Amino acid sequence: MRHILAILLENEPGSLSRIVGLFSQRAFNIESLTVAPTQDNSLSRITIATRGDEKILEQIVKQVNKLVDVIKITDITERKHIERELLLVKVAAMNDKSRTEVKRITDIFRGDIIDIGKQIYTLQLTGNAEKLNAFIEVLTNETEIIESVRSGCVGIARGEKALRV
Amino acid sequence: MTTELFSGAEMVVKSLSALKVKYIFGYPGGSVLDIYDAIFQQDEIEHILVRHEQAATHMADGYTRATGEVGVVLATSGPGATNCVTGIATAYMDSIPMVILAGQVASSLIGNDAFQETDIVGCTRPIVKHSFNCRSLQDIPDAIAKAFYLANSGRSGPVVVELPKDILIPQNKETFSITTDVKMRSYNPTVKGHPKQIRKAVKTITNAKKLVIYSGGGIILANASTLLTKLVETLNAPITNTLMGLGGISGTHENFIGMLGMHGSLEANKSMANADVILALGARFDDRVTNNVEKFCPNATIIHVDVDPTSISKTINAHIPVVGLVDIVMQQMLDELAETNYTKNEAALTLWWQQIHLWREVKSVSYIQEGDKIKPQRVVEAMYKITNGEAYVASDVGQHQMFAAQYYPFAKPRQWINSGGAGTMGFGLPAAMGVKLAFPDKHVICITGDGSIQMNIQELSTCSQYNIPIVIIMLNNRSLGMVRQWQDMVYGGRHSSSYMESLPDFIKLAESYGHVGIKIDTLEELDSKLEQAFSIKNRLVFVDVLVDEKEHVYPMHIRTGAIDDMWIKKGVKA
Repeated sequence: MRHILAILLENEPGSLSRIVGLFSQRAFNIESLTVAPTQDNSLSRITIATRGDEKILEQIVKQVNKLVDVIKITDITERKHIERELLLVKVAAMNDKSRTEVKRITDIFRGDIIDIGKQIYTLQLTGNAEKLNAFIEVLTNETEIIESVRSGCVGIARGEKALRV
Repeated sequence: MTTELFSGAEMVVKSLSALKVKYIFGYPGGSVLDIYDAIFQQDEIEHILVRHEQAATHMADGYTRATGEVGVVLATSGPGATNCVTGIATAYMDSIPMVILAGQVASSLIGNDAFQETDIVGCTRPIVKHSFNCRSLQDIPDAIAKAFYLANSGRSGPVVVELPKDILIPQNKETFSITTDVKMRSYNPTVKGHPKQIRKAVKTITNAKKLVIYSGGGIILANASTLLTKLVETLNAPITNTLMGLGGISGTHENFIGMLGMHGSLEANKSMANADVILALGARFDDRVTNNVEKFCPNATIIHVDVDPTSISKTINAHIPVVGLVDIVMQQMLDELAETNYTKNEAALTLWWQQIHLWREVKSVSYIQEGDKIKPQRVVEAMYKITNGEAYVASDVGQHQMFAAQYYPFAKPRQWINSGGAGTMGFGLPAAMGVKLAFPDKHVICITGDGSIQMNIQELSTCSQYNIPIVIIMLNNRSLGMVRQWQDMVYGGRHSSSYMESLPDFIKLAESYGHVGIKIDTLEELDSKLEQAFSIKNRLVFVDVLVDEKEHVYPMHIRTGAIDDMWIKKGVKA
């Protein structure tokens, strides 16, 4: 099962290394990872998408908590939450028909065209992983994907619950 | 009035003094010359110069295991630091509190593949509790204070502090202040057990008919031996120790049923396998204990008390987990037992002990004296007798280590000093040296083999320099005994690289360092020569005992079997 873990930790050199090292050392899976400082510059927030059964998840959460830098970790997927990811994708748009179709697909998904070239469009889309996956699948059927980059997902709990110090 | 100013190097030494450090175990080098200069100009802390940085880590480790104080290691950058890696891993696996001060090249050179540069923080990341990179001299006191705090709290462990050369120089001086009362918002180990869990645990214990207490290294680290003994006696429960937990309860206590696990006693393993409740205190269900996890103690309700939540339900599922310091939790349990007016179920206990006595009758931990070769077990028995069971025994790794664990019942905690988790050969001699430094008036034995002793034999020189009169008892079977045993049992007796060729004349070697060498070749001379060895108090005595190389360690777990599937003797199952 897929889980999204949000980790709040001290923003110190080496902190991220410890998290990644831990996942590597214990053979835990990292599907995606994103990190940035929070509104409090002394804190970093890391979001990791991982897969595993209940027992593995329990170990991951405990092992991450054990790291001295880590203040809190929560499994966002445990309750109602919002998940978002950013996708930038460069597609071939060789002729009129292709360009029209790509624009239509992008509009349907509520994405944006953020760059155009002689033979390419670069598209931007945000949403949850499912939506991004669907977008890529539809694009693949229509044209050639030249390059794509995903940011990895971030998530936040719905309602009053918050991950904070 | 001028406020006194101190250089980074001086701050290192002042910080250690403030934390009441008595010894630094280390080896100098380019990156740490300023620290060595500062050490030279004070006399509160004594520096012990080893002959290899690995020995510095093991010596600090042995000192710590015996005293409970945080051990301190000082090494230079590059190879000095990398030589510490094995020792740091050894401490990490056994949760030993240690602070390693690692020199580093100047900040401007970091990342440039400079001379003697190694990313020691990067190298040791998986084998430390935490590490600190100091970037300016103001960082130093705080980093060292935090390092000590982390090393010795919650689940203890080694902490590395990296000190680049340029922040240590005498040209930059600042005022010094240190907070030894450390608070960290990201680090708050649980101290007390959750009251609901305590009640649940005690209720389960009260209703148990076949309770076994399984305790490990956590009891030793928490100095919880007295409470453990009280709990055992209150419940009249059988108690077994892991290799790391020996001495947690006296080895001669009537409730002690021996060490459990791969080379544990039959009664210990059988009791675990047949228990209806297992109370695990400061032990982690390591693979040397459990054997096949799928077959582990199927009828037992498991209560697991540990300060580290990651150890709970990691290998074996705990039915009642209790996170907290093991001494605090045991006191909570004793209080709850008193509160609920606990009385022993005498009928059930009688039946249970009757069964345990039957298993004891098998005398699984025993050996047969056939022929006139000295049996290694016999040497340990003699050692025990001569020292009244009161010696500190630091062991290396292998068959001799298992024999020492089986045949020397330790009366008190912190007497038994061995690398259990990592199984590091070469640990014994420097560890014994660290212990002797802490307890100069006690018998300190290094029990070792002809393989292990050679890994840090250069430390015989350190022993001369600081006059460290330990007794080294080397069980000489001219082999890597444990490897040879496995090769006998599993590889058709093909002794691939397990025979020690070109052994030195150990007696001459010891004498060349100014020590006493005693050779024991026959059974007749064993006791008298050992007595002689132990009677020499002011010089190191190296005893080379010729033992039977064919001897195997028994009992032994049968691979893929349950915890109580054991070989009692060659070819004989339990």
